[in-house]
Amino acid sequence: MDVSLALAERTLLAPGGLSVGDLDRVFARVMAPSIDAADLYFQHSRSESWVLEDGIVRDGSHSIEQGVGVRAISGDRTGFAYSDDIVLPQLLEAAGAARAIAHDGKGMGKPLALCGVRALYPPDDPIDALDNAAKIALLRELDVLARSLDPRIKQVIVGMNATHDSVLVAAADGTLAADVRPLTRINVQVIAEQGTRRESGYSGGGGRCAYRELIDSGRAHAWAREAVRQALVNLEAVAAPAGTMDVVLGPGWPGVLLHEAVGHGLEGDFNRKGTSAFAGRMGDKVAAEGVTVVDDGTLPGRRGSLSVDDEGTPTHCTTLIEDGRLVGYMQDKHNARLMGMQPTGNGRRESFAHLPMPRMTNTCMLAGQRDPAEIIASVERGLYAVNFGGGQVDITNGKFVFSANEAYLIEHGKVTRPVRGATLIGSGPDVLTRVAMVGNDLKLDEGVGVCGKDGQSVPVGVGMPTTKIAAVTVGGTAA
Amino acid sequence: MDTSIVTADDSVAELDRLAELAEDVIRRARSAGATQAEVSASVASGLSVNVRLGEVETVERNRDRGFGLTVYFGQRKGSASTADLKPDSVEATLAQACAIARYTEPDPCTGLADAGLMQTRFPDLDLWHPWGIDVDGAIAIGREVESTARDNAAITNSEGASVQCGDALGVYANSHGFVGRERGTHHSVACSLIAGKGDAMQRDGWYEYVRDAGDFPPFDAIGRKAAERAAARLGARRLSTRECPVLFAPEVARSLVGHLVSAASGGSLYRRASFLLDHAGKPLLPDFVDIVESPLLPRGHASGAFDAEGVATRESALVEGGVLRRYVLGSYSARKLGLQTTGNAGGVHNLVVKPGSIDGAAADQPAMLEDMGTGLLVTDLMGQGVSIVTGDYSRGAAGFWIENGEIAYPVEEITIAGNLRDMFMDLRAIGADVDPRSSILTGSILVGKMTVAGE
Repeated sequence: MDVSLALAERTLLAPGGLSVGDLDRVFARVMAPSIDAADLYFQHSRSESWVLEDGIVRDGSHSIEQGVGVRAISGDRTGFAYSDDIVLPQLLEAAGAARAIAHDGKGMGKPLALCGVRALYPPDDPIDALDNAAKIALLRELDVLARSLDPRIKQVIVGMNATHDSVLVAAADGTLAADVRPLTRINVQVIAEQGTRRESGYSGGGGRCAYRELIDSGRAHAWAREAVRQALVNLEAVAAPAGTMDVVLGPGWPGVLLHEAVGHGLEGDFNRKGTSAFAGRMGDKVAAEGVTVVDDGTLPGRRGSLSVDDEGTPTHCTTLIEDGRLVGYMQDKHNARLMGMQPTGNGRRESFAHLPMPRMTNTCMLAGQRDPAEIIASVERGLYAVNFGGGQVDITNGKFVFSANEAYLIEHGKVTRPVRGATLIGSGPDVLTRVAMVGNDLKLDEGVGVCGKDGQSVPVGVGMPTTKIAAVTVGGTAA
Repeated sequence: MDTSIVTADDSVAELDRLAELAEDVIRRARSAGATQAEVSASVASGLSVNVRLGEVETVERNRDRGFGLTVYFGQRKGSASTADLKPDSVEATLAQACAIARYTEPDPCTGLADAGLMQTRFPDLDLWHPWGIDVDGAIAIGREVESTARDNAAITNSEGASVQCGDALGVYANSHGFVGRERGTHHSVACSLIAGKGDAMQRDGWYEYVRDAGDFPPFDAIGRKAAERAAARLGARRLSTRECPVLFAPEVARSLVGHLVSAASGGSLYRRASFLLDHAGKPLLPDFVDIVESPLLPRGHASGAFDAEGVATRESALVEGGVLRRYVLGSYSARKLGLQTTGNAGGVHNLVVKPGSIDGAAADQPAMLEDMGTGLLVTDLMGQGVSIVTGDYSRGAAGFWIENGEIAYPVEEITIAGNLRDMFMDLRAIGADVDPRSSILTGSILVGKMTVAGE
């Protein structure tokens, strides 16, 4: 017996008096000659968060969400309904609403067969795994640590949150899969003041693991130090330059470039509809030689990883760009079927109340050969950007932006002064063709990413080695 | 087909049920030892239909429930929420909130807003207009909007048209005995198109967002406008790096007012994370600028007689003669700052930005373009490059280069940068071309000078 399935059945179906055997009745209601595909997505999600501010653990909250989403697909039409009550009558009602979109299709279903899931994380509930007193103690410790590092630190906000998500997917194509997903995160934000100057620093991370892993490994304390370091660097920062110059991206989180510049444009739905700047460019050269980009949902314990996606497909490591050529899209079942391709384990949804669509997991550029020091030394005048806030892309014209919150000038091959927040802007199909050097220091981010698409948020990861890109537009204010 | 939208008659009874539940839980929290308690309960339902290339793409029905409880044991606080209203779930929520309050630490600023500030009058703000549309009716509108758009010869592809209707019921109650009921509807029609092919593809669109479906403009006009906006972007060029005046079109101008509100908000101020620290009572904008909070606007997108703590909202200036008159506070941040709540727990309830200009004349967008002469008209902003701590501003932009008051050509892949404090002081004009789709009601905004980075 699959452990995740047993846990999911107990959490999701048993309370409403249901078993996997009852799901056939629901499919019998959904499936009609005109329905091509249908699925049920049961979810129980429990989460908590704690906040320390002004030295006081002032707020704690706990929430529970559960329900079932029913989707029926006929040709390229999708009908969707959901219920927060997981009992048979409600399920049948939602099924009836979802199937109302039918017009023509094949309407064949297969008996449910359990898909063996390779677990990328433990199923344990991270909320109960650490007692509340220990959480409070950690928050206080990080607050005291951050304040002790420098007298200019005037405000410290520490947050920790965890989610325990149990899902069960059953589809008319016979898919039956369960997944129990932990997710934890710890954040530290500080404000530093010097005279009238005020700057913030932020750090944090997490993953599909217990809080203990983040604490015992020393990572939580390192984030407190990192937030302070960043705020103090920013106190010294000068205005960022404006104009086009060489940019060196540091390793790790700057991989958000890949997410915005190429990732979204390679999601199957936009390419099926022909609305992506990458549509119809399979096999084309879209990056410099030596640039390989993958979307890897199989990295153990990572924030963007899933043992199976939200349609029950095991996640993959999908190569998107290989040595500069476009070789793959990220697919969910629906778009893969309509494009005559295979699903890649990228079908994700925010919750049972949302429709799945192709989404990224952990998007990374693979390491190259260069020594990072050599990369920086090669730049006469440019920008070294090591940390970023968020980004955004227009997938149709390919224009993307992302904003640096820690960056430095490079002058005569040396990293010199820090500069204040600058936004970088470029064009997705073009920017990777200008990758001039790729470092040997691939690093994954700390585990903070949230990706938004069509109003749905999902956790994601990114990674990249130190990378030099020629002629990027930097949106500062200094000449 | 039954659209399961709550009808007007049901809504009153449903609000009563939510109120009864809220009061019952507050009673139970008090008997569990809580000194204070507050509850928010809501039910929202809706229908959403997408049509693409003339065919139905998705039909979604939603019905979302929410129940949130906060308990106070003296100065300790605990919160819990659930997404269904079943008795077991509500009972578990109470237990969890109480359990959390055993671990949080005493915070002298915590607690309900003062009882004397609770709203006692509940005028009808004309927010409840259920749209009795069924799936077929919504599909027909989506098809009309999209097909009108595709009549434009420049349109080569479509992301589709969507039609959504929704209604929301909410109750907020607390242990002062306050019970506030709110109900409102929101409906939207949107269309997004692609113009051009291959490397020249551009996407844009338009949407309308109303309380009452009767307030929609003709549906074909929405499609036409969406198509015109996408077509107008064709042939966009970059600009060289320069400094120039920037005119923010109304659909993006409201983001500037949004940054002002964030920086003036209690949470940013007591955390010392705002460039407007110690700025109340001081000039922030040129003296022609007035911004008034108007919570009781009929059909307003954020109208409400009370805030998220039950405190009575009232019409009040945020900016008057260019001076920041007050901050935007709930009771917690007010106590942290040693001030009074401004009835803004949960945010602002409609901001009306008065049109005007340095030279006294109010104008629409064409007149403002003429006034600007040569510069950048921004119609789209990208990214999150705004720091509320420092006011540093650097965002991706697209729009049009203006020469002699007229559109010369569309532009893209540029950034505009400055510091919000300087940008606010450098406002030259606010247009009369108000965008009614938001709770921030502003026309175009002209900023005297910003840095544009490009080629």
